[in-house]
Amino acid sequence: MPFDYYLNIAASGLLTGLVYGLAALGLSVIFGVVRVVNFAHGEMMVAGMYGAVLLAGVLGLDPILAAPIVAAVLFAFGWLLQRGLVNRFVERPEHMQFILLLGIATIILNAMLMLFGPDSRNVMVPYSFDTVEVGPLLLDAVRLRAGAGAIVVTAALFAFFRFSRTGKAIRACADNPLGARVVGLNIDGLYALTFGIGAGVVGIAGALMTLLVDSRPQLAPEYTLLSFIIVIVGGLGSLPGALFGGMLIGLSEAMAGFLLDPSLKSLFSYGVLIVVLLLRPQGLLGKRS
Amino acid sequence: MTGRGIVLLALCGALLLAAPMVADRYVLSVLTTVLWFAYVGQAWNVMMGFSGLLSLGHALYVGLGAYASAALFVHFGIGPWAGMWVAMLAATAAGCFIGFLGFRFGVRGVHFALLTIAFAEVARIGFDHLQWFGGSGGFFIPVAGDAGNDLLNLRGSPELFYYVILALVLAALALSRVLLHSRLGYQWLAVREEPEAAEAVGVDLFRARIAAVAVSSALTALGGVFQAFYFNNLFPEQVFSMGRSIEIILPAIVGGIGTLIGPILGAFILTPLGELLTFLIEVTGFDLPGLKQLFYGVALVVIVVYRPDGVWPWLAARLGLVRRPGEDA
Repeated sequence: MPFDYYLNIAASGLLTGLVYGLAALGLSVIFGVVRVVNFAHGEMMVAGMYGAVLLAGVLGLDPILAAPIVAAVLFAFGWLLQRGLVNRFVERPEHMQFILLLGIATIILNAMLMLFGPDSRNVMVPYSFDTVEVGPLLLDAVRLRAGAGAIVVTAALFAFFRFSRTGKAIRACADNPLGARVVGLNIDGLYALTFGIGAGVVGIAGALMTLLVDSRPQLAPEYTLLSFIIVIVGGLGSLPGALFGGMLIGLSEAMAGFLLDPSLKSLFSYGVLIVVLLLRPQGLLGKRS
Repeated sequence: MTGRGIVLLALCGALLLAAPMVADRYVLSVLTTVLWFAYVGQAWNVMMGFSGLLSLGHALYVGLGAYASAALFVHFGIGPWAGMWVAMLAATAAGCFIGFLGFRFGVRGVHFALLTIAFAEVARIGFDHLQWFGGSGGFFIPVAGDAGNDLLNLRGSPELFYYVILALVLAALALSRVLLHSRLGYQWLAVREEPEAAEAVGVDLFRARIAAVAVSSALTALGGVFQAFYFNNLFPEQVFSMGRSIEIILPAIVGGIGTLIGPILGAFILTPLGELLTFLIEVTGFDLPGLKQLFYGVALVVIVVYRPDGVWPWLAARLGLVRRPGEDA
């Protein structure tokens, strides 16, 4: 087996992993600030996928162009969800937050099942079957664009949290909610904004994902778990960690699917998760709390 | 519990004992399902309700118990009464292993829940590939015709299975009551409420938590044994699925986490409601996939928003069944 072959598989796994990483980034942002685990994360991602599928079907929009629209809708949804329901649960025990979001996840998943049916839908773009040659690599154009999209959104998110006043305020909330309240920050508003951002980000990840896989409602729980795995592997609350974890999982999935049995690929992700939980529970790039 | 509560409880018990004499096959099968969920809900409650350990992978213990007993029966002719010990051992070993990993390395709360999911998923994918257990094609226990009731091999009529699961529910209820009022039970409650304070007064957190996982997983495995012999077929996609884990936790949540009657009440609310919904869907012909689950999702949100402690504490206080509200007998 030529070495190039492995290199190709690894590269496409890494590109898919970038999109995974973007999805996990949304989860990490919500958990890092609101301290609520968004158990409906995969459901929101698949909602984003269907948004892109609809926009492609009705308006003929490329998923990359559909992504901002999808993000806006999911931002509004996340904002309202936090304002209306989740905010009352911020101070409640963990298992209640979890049950609430599990209920919401069930509602979203089955609403999608009722609206779109269980069959998978795909998006066709003019470059669906194009490949791009990069040195020894032969990469799918769709994968390259999805990966590039994920990098752009991640960079924008980093810049927002680093340089904008609102981003700094959100980080202040994450560091010390009480202190943030004392200096006059509107915590509830910032929480809603954060949940909206997390939902919007995972919506974009969903839209980009339609370039790579067919949309099915049943993907949702898988993506929820995948995002959890990535966030924990990368390190809770660490944004670079989420991206790095995503690439690692993407790589290991691609390799396991190629070297072993494709149906065993998620077994590999769980293996990575268990090893990380045992050897480095704070995650690969996380700080010890 | 007040006198009124005890009378009501005894009345419910008598009704359940007499049910097979009046109920037809359909009602009996629904009741059996209700009692099965009440039983595994009770088992799950030992971890979440008593010790505050959120497990979202209880399908793992059901599945291990089911597969262990079924495989022993089919491959070696070993009956469920002997096989159940192996089943409990397998599930307890798995539970203690997960608990050991989790508690040793300080994996808490949501992370622990995730660890339990991860192991259940690993088992699901693993059993899909284990041909000795039938793989993804399913594992089947031969159905023994109408050879009469054979309690020894757990083969027989629906009434037999009904009484077996009823006995399991009552035994689990009694065991939970005894445990809750034992030294270990008080340790669990202390660990659930304030781990640091419990540790400070000398409770071994690790041992108390492992004990909770061991009891819970062993009890859950028995539910798996029952499931295997009642349905006679096992598919990894169903037995180990995350959806099954969630179905297991719903009765206790709806009825009241940490209460003794809660899981039973929750099962008696949820399963008949689901049946009613199925019936309504059939009658009105308004059949959309996912409608029933959508309803469950709404029920979950409504319960957790308006009755976060579950239905039982509220109902018991309303009807004057317990002495103090929120305080279960």
